[in-house]
Amino acid sequence: MKAFTYERAATPAGATAAFAKAPGARFIAGGTNLLDLMKLQIETPAHLIDVSRLALDTIEPTKEGGLRIGAMVRNTDLAADARVRRDYGLLTRALVAGASGQLRNKATTAGNLLQRTRCPYFYDTNQPCNKRQPGSGCAAIGGVSRTLAVLGASEACIATHPSDMAVAMRALDASVETVDAAGKARAIPIADFYRAPGTTPHLETMLEPGELITAVTLPKPMGGTHIYHKVRDRASYAFALISVAAVVQKDGSGRVALGGVAHKPWRVEAAEADMPRGAKAVASGLLAGATPSHDNAYKLPLVERTLAGVLAEAKG
Amino acid sequence: MKFDTPATTNPIDRLKVIGKPTNRIDGPLKTTGAAPYAYEQRDIPANAAYGFIVGSAIAKGRLVSVDTADAEAAPGVLTIVTAANAGTLGKGDFNTAKLLGGPDIEHYHQAIALVVAETFEQARAAAALVRADYARARGAFDLTAAMDSAAPPKPMFGTIADTAVGDFDAAFAAAPVTLDARYTTPDHSHAMMEPHATIAAWEGDRLTLWTANQMVAWSVGDMAKTLGIPKENIRLVSPYIGGGFGGKLFIRADALMAALGAKAAKRPVKIALPRPFIANNTTHRPATIQRIRLGATKDGKITAIGHESWSGDLPGGGPETAVGQTRLLYAGPNRMTRMRLAVLDLPEGNAMRAPGEAPGLMALEIAMDEMAEKLGMDPIDFRILNDTQVDPEKPERPFSQRQLNECLTTGAGKFGWAKRSAKPGAARDGRWLTGMGVAAAFRNNINATSAARVRLDKAGVVTVETDMTDIGTGSYTIIAQTAAEMMGVPLDKVVVKLGDSAFPVSAGSGGQWGANSSTAGVYAACAKLREAVAAKLGLNAADAEFVDGEIRSGDRRVSLGEAAGDAGLVAEDRMEYGDLADKYQQSTFGAHFCEVGVDAATGEIRIRRMLAVCAAGRILNPKAARSQVIGAMTMGAGAALMEELAVDKRFGFFVNHDLAGYEVPVHADIPHQEVIFLDETDPTTSPMKAKGVGELGICGVAAAVANAVYNATGVRVRDYPVTLDKLLGGLPAIA
Amino acid sequence: MSRRGMLAASAASAAVTTIPAARAKTASAQPAPSMARIALTVNGEARELELDTRTTLLDALREHLQLTGTKKGCDHGQCGACTVIVDGRRINSCLSLAVMHDGDTVTTIEGLGTPDDLHPMQAAFIVHDGYQCGYCTPGQICSAVAVLEEIEAGIPSHVTGDLTAPAEATNMEIRERMSGNICRCGAYSNILEAITEVAGRQA
Ligand SMILES: Cc1cc2nc3c(=O)[nH]c(=O)nc-3n(C[C@H](O)[C@H](O)[C@H](O)COP(=O)(O)OP(=O)(O)OC[C@H]3O[C@@H](n4cnc5c(N)ncnc54)[C@H](O)[C@@H]3O)c2cc1C
Ligand code: SF4
Repeated sequence: MKAFTYERAATPAGATAAFAKAPGARFIAGGTNLLDLMKLQIETPAHLIDVSRLALDTIEPTKEGGLRIGAMVRNTDLAADARVRRDYGLLTRALVAGASGQLRNKATTAGNLLQRTRCPYFYDTNQPCNKRQPGSGCAAIGGVSRTLAVLGASEACIATHPSDMAVAMRALDASVETVDAAGKARAIPIADFYRAPGTTPHLETMLEPGELITAVTLPKPMGGTHIYHKVRDRASYAFALISVAAVVQKDGSGRVALGGVAHKPWRVEAAEADMPRGAKAVASGLLAGATPSHDNAYKLPLVERTLAGVLAEAKG
Repeated sequence: MKFDTPATTNPIDRLKVIGKPTNRIDGPLKTTGAAPYAYEQRDIPANAAYGFIVGSAIAKGRLVSVDTADAEAAPGVLTIVTAANAGTLGKGDFNTAKLLGGPDIEHYHQAIALVVAETFEQARAAAALVRADYARARGAFDLTAAMDSAAPPKPMFGTIADTAVGDFDAAFAAAPVTLDARYTTPDHSHAMMEPHATIAAWEGDRLTLWTANQMVAWSVGDMAKTLGIPKENIRLVSPYIGGGFGGKLFIRADALMAALGAKAAKRPVKIALPRPFIANNTTHRPATIQRIRLGATKDGKITAIGHESWSGDLPGGGPETAVGQTRLLYAGPNRMTRMRLAVLDLPEGNAMRAPGEAPGLMALEIAMDEMAEKLGMDPIDFRILNDTQVDPEKPERPFSQRQLNECLTTGAGKFGWAKRSAKPGAARDGRWLTGMGVAAAFRNNINATSAARVRLDKAGVVTVETDMTDIGTGSYTIIAQTAAEMMGVPLDKVVVKLGDSAFPVSAGSGGQWGANSSTAGVYAACAKLREAVAAKLGLNAADAEFVDGEIRSGDRRVSLGEAAGDAGLVAEDRMEYGDLADKYQQSTFGAHFCEVGVDAATGEIRIRRMLAVCAAGRILNPKAARSQVIGAMTMGAGAALMEELAVDKRFGFFVNHDLAGYEVPVHADIPHQEVIFLDETDPTTSPMKAKGVGELGICGVAAAVANAVYNATGVRVRDYPVTLDKLLGGLPAIA
Repeated sequence: MSRRGMLAASAASAAVTTIPAARAKTASAQPAPSMARIALTVNGEARELELDTRTTLLDALREHLQLTGTKKGCDHGQCGACTVIVDGRRINSCLSLAVMHDGDTVTTIEGLGTPDDLHPMQAAFIVHDGYQCGYCTPGQICSAVAVLEEIEAGIPSHVTGDLTAPAEATNMEIRERMSGNICRCGAYSNILEAITEVAGRQA
């Protein structure tokens, strides 16, 4: 870990201003991902701006009838919030399926969205990796890829996004609110938040350098049955092989997002029209254009089968 | 003391302390964080510096150059050690690859440099500045591809490559029912919770190592050989060990590099291996490919049994002895076993909990399940029918004790085996397909010479000193129980000091020989102390009784404290073994039962119940022994369902080299586990009449799980781990 | 040529190529460590430290305060051996910088009880043999204490059935919540018994 200077930001404006003074700095929230990567010299910031104590830790109703979740709300608190449990069960389910109790006590809403891939080659600095070191190559292609992407991948990178929470957020049509150094605020629909890897897999989101996430908003509750099925080898404390987030209405209509299959939560709105027709129909639309490797081809039937299980469960 | 005739009645048989489910005596220290592990020793010279190791980025080849200039200039750096400045180093007898690589590189993450700095943070940062250029050489990393080049391994520890009895080929060809199947087990990582760690300090030419190590005397010897200094100049201290499972049998890079770093920096140096470094830098259980052929009569008598195993290791390494149990477990007149060893340039393969039997039974006990099904027999009946009470390769050698059948039948009753559907895929509980599986457990018993010193003081306190280690096995407690039983004192009058090379040499912890051997050594020393007490009082030790803190003979009763007097009494002895282990085949047996649920849609596998029935000689402390078994069952569940070091066959390394990538079971994976110990004492093993149990517990577990998954789904997976991707194709069609 | 093709080719012809280490060349002048003063309340005692900003809470406890009961098993949040309770919540002390805890209250295993004055959870672990090598044990015990409080506080888990109902201290709930604490010796079944005993006593 490279030596760095440290400051604790008191306000969001203070945080972005601090970044403007020290380009190349990083915000640190729970630290559970950034610090992990700094220890391995994968991230090497020279300055850390601690945003963990910003007063962005509340969950409030929006005037549209949804919820505004502060960027610094801890994953545990978000999952436990009575309104979230009642109206956005999918989000609670996804959160508590991730990481461990200890990690969720630290992990924040913003940090969770921005956590980086768990591709094992990304984690090993001896290996070529375009995401870690642009232009160095991708060791995962042709290597061990059982956990990696089958959709949306490029010739440069086949990493998956590891977040469970983001999958639920995608299904719920969340929106990411930010503020930049100039004080300009914007909202980025989560559908547009993550970039395709293309030839620049090191660029992962639409955030500009120094842009601070202040909140994530959820639209008004959509009812229905909320199910998050995370499939993994061990029963807990493991990243998803794949996951299915679904909201299913009484008439069989609904929405589905997938985790563990791509560089971002994967959702194909057009495929959702097929929900009443069952898992096979939806899966064929969701998985169109898949480029599996020998190691991860199982993810395709697994998605379909998991979705079938989820739809059956929703029917009760 | 020499043990060369079966034990008769002795003070241990009183069973006042031995055989009781005593709480561990080290419990209060361990549960409060007060037990000091290697990296936490306080009794070290002040001013310790921190070491951080740099590992090779290639698996095989040569270091062309190592540029340490930036690292040396980094803040806080005291010294950097590489092969170029470390001086001439030897290699320990128990190491295959060198612990410090360069210029030749033998495996990925082989240590190539050590950075020593004032603080941990500085050492770690500077280590990232060491730059190495390599000339990569072509290596062999794929066991399947290397099978054809595999050769018979040279005999090690009395293990021979091939055995044959009768005419296997003819009998197999003639058998009316046959099975010929291939199984694979992957590379496994010990993944003990405490990383390998050492503090090294020199005083002149004398070295002290506070390190996490299972085998104190071996490791002193290997360190001396590596450094080229006399053994006498090394003291190795290892009082608490955060798990080993075979991974800490030998000195590893932490110990050597700490010694070299401390010499160069002229300060004590602390090193703990970073977790992401352990899988490739240290040892692992090697992968196997196994072919098993079984031939039987229609009514289920085995007529031909053949087991071949291929594994790989670095040049000069050894095989995974996966056919061992097949030489002893089942009857059958025509037999063959064969081991082949390929040269692979992956990290060093070596012992992990129940080497040989653990992966061997993973295959054999699926094969037995498959064969029973072919025969239309219950798998328990099939095993019982093919029981043998003698070594099937040398029928003149009986088993000293063998209660495999009793384990199986006891377990079947307890587990509700009768409720199992013989037809796979027939039982369902909501969305879960359910199934039950069974497997036999077998692990050889090994006795090893072990010594101890016992002191008696005027307060009547007995202090035991031996270099035995406690890796979680309960050594502290069973040694205390042994001394208490022998001397007739309560447990709280015994102090046990372990893991210091200043103490008499014990058997150490490995191969499940520790409990019986080390306590037998304490028995010998206590027998001598009893004589010393009696002699001092002019009594005859043979008819003296040691009860309630007193020695009693005729109408004389003297408290032990009084007998010891101000000067105290000391006795030292060791237990050595005659040829009873040649006359009798000493083994431990068990049966594992498992029930699983498999999600009919996703193939997710969850274990619902587990039971082990063990027959393993006298159980010295049922509480600690049960813990050994449930722990081994847990590790076996991991081997069954998730554990695999994934090999990058292009670059030659284990890719998932941390605890997020290499999954081991967590709480949620493990249901309530039940263990039954059958009543058994084995007078041929030692005066303790005990055998090992810590490795027996893992033997067969994975196969019981795999067989349960088959019973639940009808999908037979022969390549471990049994993960859901391997089941998907055979699960019921979905809506 | 695509990356895919390039790699396949270079792996196949890797006979004797000099490859530079993939690590990026770093500027040779390294910044001096940045130091920070922090104040913590640890096990009820006020402590002040001057630390390299890179120091984790775990290393601050182990190397600077000599509280070595908190263990370093992986240093990457993957095992739970470093679990401590900060301001009433359990966290992995390895994935947290000490400077980020300036002003916080930390309870470690040493603060729960001592060999002569055991916390009920520590005593239950001894009776149920909820440990073997003992290395994960302090983390298991800190977690266990916090888990019962989390259930009490109604925080849901992955196995909670009805999200709108209060959580209960069932075996599956405890197992799921304890899953961030790996025990390679495999004492899980016994640990569960220790925790349920304490939970029962509390109820
Ligand atoms: C062993 C392990 C297992 C895990 N398992 C899972 C799992 O199963 N599922 C899952 O979803 N996750 C899992 N995680 C990941 C965990 O959820 C993330 O580490 C966590 O959510 C990150 O949040 P944080 O607040 O700690 O982020 P940090 O580490 O503090 O930050 C992460 C990134 O976000 C940036 N950032 C933080 N806040 C802001 C902000 N307000 N504005 C802009 N940028 C910001 C930081 O600069 C950094 O780049 C696991 C982690 C570990 C270590
Ligand atoms: S898949 Fe992406 S993250 Fe993984 S090695 Fe390739 S470029 Fe790096």
